Amino acid sequence: MSVNSARRIDFELIADLVCDGARVLDIGCGDGALLQLLEERRHVDGRGIEISQAGVNACVARGLSVIQGDADHDLIYYPDRCFDYVILSQTIQATSNPKHVLKELLRIGRHAIVSFPNFGYWRVRLGLLFGGRMPVTKDLPHSWYDTPNIHFCTCTDFAALAQELGARVEEAQVLDAEGERMGVPLPRPLWNLFGQQAIFLLSSDAPVASENAAS
Amino acid sequence: MAEHKTADPAEKTTTGRGRNEGEASASPYVRFPADEPLRLDAGRQLGPFQIAYETYGQLNADKTNAILVCHALTGDQHCASVHPVTGKPGWWERMIGPGKAVDTDRYFVICSNVLGGCLGSTGPTSIDPRTGRPFALDLPVLTIRDMVRAQARLIDHLGIETLFSVIGGSMGGMQVLQWASSYPDRVFSAIPIASGARHTSQNIAFHEVGRQAVMADPDWRQGNYLEAGTRPSKGLAVARMAAHITYLSEAALHRKFGRELQNRSALTFGFDADFQIESYLRHQGMTFVDRFDANSYLYMTRAMDYFDLAADHAGSLARAFHGTKTRFCIVSFTSDWLFPTAESRAVVHALNAAGASVSFVEVETDKGHDAFLLDEPEMLATIAGFLRSAARARDLGG
Repeated sequence: MSVNSARRIDFELIADLVCDGARVLDIGCGDGALLQLLEERRHVDGRGIEISQAGVNACVARGLSVIQGDADHDLIYYPDRCFDYVILSQTIQATSNPKHVLKELLRIGRHAIVSFPNFGYWRVRLGLLFGGRMPVTKDLPHSWYDTPNIHFCTCTDFAALAQELGARVEEAQVLDAEGERMGVPLPRPLWNLFGQQAIFLLSSDAPVASENAAS
Repeated sequence: MAEHKTADPAEKTTTGRGRNEGEASASPYVRFPADEPLRLDAGRQLGPFQIAYETYGQLNADKTNAILVCHALTGDQHCASVHPVTGKPGWWERMIGPGKAVDTDRYFVICSNVLGGCLGSTGPTSIDPRTGRPFALDLPVLTIRDMVRAQARLIDHLGIETLFSVIGGSMGGMQVLQWASSYPDRVFSAIPIASGARHTSQNIAFHEVGRQAVMADPDWRQGNYLEAGTRPSKGLAVARMAAHITYLSEAALHRKFGRELQNRSALTFGFDADFQIESYLRHQGMTFVDRFDANSYLYMTRAMDYFDLAADHAGSLARAFHGTKTRFCIVSFTSDWLFPTAESRAVVHALNAAGASVSFVEVETDKGHDAFLLDEPEMLATIAGFLRSAARARDLGG
C-alpha cells in the first residue's frame, strides 16, 4: 500500500517472527523487498504472489520466485500445509473476501503472518467522529471512492475473525504513527486505540478445510 | 557433404556437418545407429536417426552452462544464425547473442532441429533405410516427448549431464515442459513462453484446417510428392496463411493493415488481393513453402495436437512435476489467443501444487502469440533477470 519501503519496521518485525530456513509464501509481495530481506536474513525458501506486472518483473529480476496473481483467486491451488509461514502484509484490507483469504492462509501455512492498518487507531476514530467523513491519512491516502482498501478492520475485529476460524494468536504487535515499535509498553486493550498498524502471528492445529479442492 | 548411411548393426554413432537428411542444412549433426534406436510413443523404434543442431558460445569446463533452445512449429536450429534458405537472421536473435538475455558470452546455447523437422534432423523427407525412398507418411507419428527423447540423446552425446536451462516458445515451450517432466534432474531451470501443457480443442481445429489444406492439394500425392517430383505448395501456403492469423491479434492486424488497399486506389470488384492484409498473407504463404516441407508440417502439427502432459499423469498436471527441483519462469502475453494466459496459469497452479519454484509474468502487448519472437522489453528483462539469478544459484556467477 502506501507504506514507506525505505526502512520498514513491519518488515523487520515479520523477519523476527520467521524461523531460519523456513518455507515462506508472501502474498502481495510488491517489489520483493520483504522476500529478499527474509532470504538474506532468515535464509528462507521464499515464494511470492503479486498482482502488478511491474512488481513481478522487479521480483523476478531480483531472482525471487514470484507469480502474477492475487490472494482472492490463486491460493486454492496450493496444497495444505505446504509453507511454514504465509505472509499477508498490508493486503488483507484490499481483498474481496478477507475471511476466505485468511482461511486459505491457515490451510496452506502452518503459521500465518498478517499485517494491516488498524482502523481502530485513535486518529481514524477522531477523524470520523469530528470530521464526519471517511478518514484520509498519510498511511491511508485514498478517498472512499477510489480506495483499493475495501475491507478495513480493527485489531479487535481481526482477532475475533481469527478466533472464529479456530486460529491461535501466537503473537501480536502494533506500530505507532511513525511505523515504529511502541515507545512504551502498552497493555493489549490499548493497542486497538494507539496502534496505527498491527501484525499478527497466527497458527492453527489442523488445516481449515478448503472450499475448493486444490488441483 | 556427408554420405547417406544405411542400417548396419555394427554402425557407431557418427557426426558430421553438411547435407544429409535435409537439403539445405549445413549444420552439424549426430547420427545414432540402427542398434541404438529411439523408442517412440507410437510404439515403434526409429533407427538410425539423426539430429542436426547449431551451437553458440562456449561450453565451460564443468559443462554446467548449457542452455537448450527449443524451436516452435516452423522454426529450426538457426535461432541465432543466418537461415540457409531465406538468408534471414536467426529467428530469436533478439533473445540470444552476446550481452542479450540468453547471453552467449556466458552460456553455451544449443538449438536442434526437432525430430520430424525438415532441416537436417530425421523427418518425413529423410530416406527410409528399409526402402531407400523418403519416409513420407511411413514415418511413425511423432510426439513432443519423442522430440525431447531425441534431444536428450543429443545432449548425452555432447557429454552434458544437466542443462542450465531449457527455453522455448509455443511448441518450444511444450518441449520445455516435457523436458522438465521427463528429466527433472537434468533441467536446472525451465522457461516455457506463450505455451501450455496441452493443445486446446481450438488449436487442434486450426491445425486440422491446415492439414486438410495440404492434403487437398493434388500435388500432395498421398504424401509421396517427393518421389512424384511435385510439391503441394498451394495447400501448404493456405495452411500457413490460416495459421499465421492465429499468431497475431485482431488489434495488431488492424494497427498494421487496417482496411488499407494494396497498390490500388479503389476496390477492383474481383478476387485479387485488394487489401494489404490479403497480400501480406499470400506473401507469408508463398515464402513459407520455400523453406518448409509439407509432410513435416503434418507431423509437427500432429505432435502438438497430441500433447497433453496432464493426461500422461492420470489427469494431474501437478503430478507431472512432482518433487521437481527445477526453477521455472513462465511467460504469457495478454493478446495471445492461441495459447492464452489461462493455459500458462494452469501450469503455474500445477507447479505451485507440486511445491515447485516458479515465477510467472503476463506481458501486456497487442502483438498476439508471435510476441515471443518480437522485441518485448518486459519479456526480455524478465528472462535476463531470471537467468541471472539462476546463474547465481548454479554458481555460474551473477
